[in-house]
Amino acid sequence: MQEQKDENTWFDKPANIKKIIVALCVVCGLLMIADLFYHKHPYFAVEKLFGFYAFYGFIMCVLLVLAAKVMRVWLMRDEDYYD
Amino acid sequence: MIEGLNPALILIIGALLVPLFPQPWRRVYVIALPLLSMLQLALHPFGSFADVALYGMTLETFRLDGLSFVFALIFHIAAVLGVIYAIHDDDPIHPTAGLVYAGAAIGAALAGDLLTLFIYWELTAASSVFLIWASRTESAFKAGMRYLLIQVGSGVILLAGLVMHYSATGSLAFNEMDLATIGGKLVFLAFGIKCAFPFLHNWLQDSYPEATASGTVLLSAFTTKLAVYALARGYAGTDMLIWIGAIMTAFPIFYAVIENDLRRVLAYSLNNQLGFMVVAVGIGTPLALNGAAAHAFCHILYKALLFMSMGAVLLRTGTCKGSELGGLYKSMPFTTVCCIIGAASISAFPLFSGFVSKSMIVSAVAGEQLMLIWLMLIFASAGVFHHSGIKIPYFAFFAHDSGIRCEEAPMSMRVAMGITAALCIGIGVFPGALYAILPYPVDYVPYTVAHVITQLQLLMYSALAFTVMMLWKVYPPELKSVNLDTDWLYRRGAPAVLAPINRFAGQINSGIQNSIGAMAIGTTGAFSRLLGPGARYSRSVELATMVFFVVGALLVFSVLYIF
Repeated sequence: MQEQKDENTWFDKPANIKKIIVALCVVCGLLMIADLFYHKHPYFAVEKLFGFYAFYGFIMCVLLVLAAKVMRVWLMRDEDYYD
Repeated sequence: MIEGLNPALILIIGALLVPLFPQPWRRVYVIALPLLSMLQLALHPFGSFADVALYGMTLETFRLDGLSFVFALIFHIAAVLGVIYAIHDDDPIHPTAGLVYAGAAIGAALAGDLLTLFIYWELTAASSVFLIWASRTESAFKAGMRYLLIQVGSGVILLAGLVMHYSATGSLAFNEMDLATIGGKLVFLAFGIKCAFPFLHNWLQDSYPEATASGTVLLSAFTTKLAVYALARGYAGTDMLIWIGAIMTAFPIFYAVIENDLRRVLAYSLNNQLGFMVVAVGIGTPLALNGAAAHAFCHILYKALLFMSMGAVLLRTGTCKGSELGGLYKSMPFTTVCCIIGAASISAFPLFSGFVSKSMIVSAVAGEQLMLIWLMLIFASAGVFHHSGIKIPYFAFFAHDSGIRCEEAPMSMRVAMGITAALCIGIGVFPGALYAILPYPVDYVPYTVAHVITQLQLLMYSALAFTVMMLWKVYPPELKSVNLDTDWLYRRGAPAVLAPINRFAGQINSGIQNSIGAMAIGTTGAFSRLLGPGARYSRSVELATMVFFVVGALLVFSVLYIF
């Protein structure tokens, strides 16, 4: 059917995936730089730290995933566990 | 508009007529009905109507004010979108049960007293279970039974609470409740079960993924948001809710990361989003309560959109398991785009609906200087992007190509997804329309430079973390599995404990039955000797003898009566 066309979609090319990753890194870099150029009106002292939201988001997501992986050791069962 | 006519009654009574309509007309009718009811709501003036006197109590069956209006309105919108989504399906169960369910939720939101609330509360349970059973599988039937037990149980606790509340205060009016009384505590618990508080939550993840593709869309809209409304009405400003809500935002996201069934991932993130609303209710300031109402409004739309996109995947591929999907963007590009819009909205990207409502709640928390709660909410915001924002679209539509080639979603589903997606973006771009209908006057600006930049930093660095972990193969792969949650306690734990007791009781029971049986055989023997065929008391007697006995008995009776 469509197999021939499928092989040529944009997302199938590794070079394009690399482009997406590079774009993400560029956006992240720009957002870090942007932190210097706007007036903060923080509720908490931690918000004044340079790039607080960026570092907090990154670190907490890594911890979230690592903790969830550990949870699998205790919580994961076969798909038909309850059957 | 008919003054005093409750829109809930239009929906519930109208829904019962759905099966009577033959097919082309039924499609028109099921869409026209909630639209008509919505018109009645929108044109109706605020106030209290349709009071009913019952055994000396006054039931305020229709109370329309700022808070109940927002919820009744979004419930109507969800009902319209839900029936459009399923219009291709000829099964009359879906629109009938779905519209009764929507009507019950609206009736409960418009109830001015606890007894009316209770009646509609139970009706939401009894009607919604059909959306689960409509899957017609054995596991859906069992999940539906568990769901029904818990939902009806919540109603029974509500009833006990309202009886105690009534005997203590002499009033059934549903306003601010007192958590210090036992009645107040029971009502709080009933709301907490429906709101999926931590440890009371698991009915949600257990049952929603078992419902039909279109059933889950409706289920996701009403029950839990009705509970948020009830908490906002009865327990606004209760400090305990701040912690309960913060825990709700945080713990489901761990489960969402490792869950394989993508509709169950959405059920966990539903739980997480409820947490934001519960925190806001706990804070109880006008800004926070506006935030709770606004977030419920936006949440119903983007959560419905996400469940719609997964429902379309389920319909076309027969599965919602991350381990079996991937690469579907080639077959279902429209669904992919809608799913990404829903994902961006739930992640609170600027210009999408979640941003304009969640930021109100986070600002309210920060304004109260609750730093730990604030850190938990920021973490949960990053986490929800991680699993709902990235994981859902990534594993369903991209990731490795599963080789599945299917049709795009049917037209009805695409129309419903398109409208919902447009609403998600519309609210994000023009928040003023939503802010105008909130219960309190709004003095809040979501789009400040600081808000936008900090939110983008949070989200993009979460995306970076996901990308890095995928590239380094740290991210847990989607595996065919189930994860233990609190439902284990009643699905495995309790039966394991109760089975020996049950066996023991069974032995006693059979012992008793045997001895009763032996006794019974002896007794029936004696009876049959007296009453059996041809025995003394079963012989036929002549009429005259019979009259003699009756007159004699009457005589004895009169003599006894006189003395």
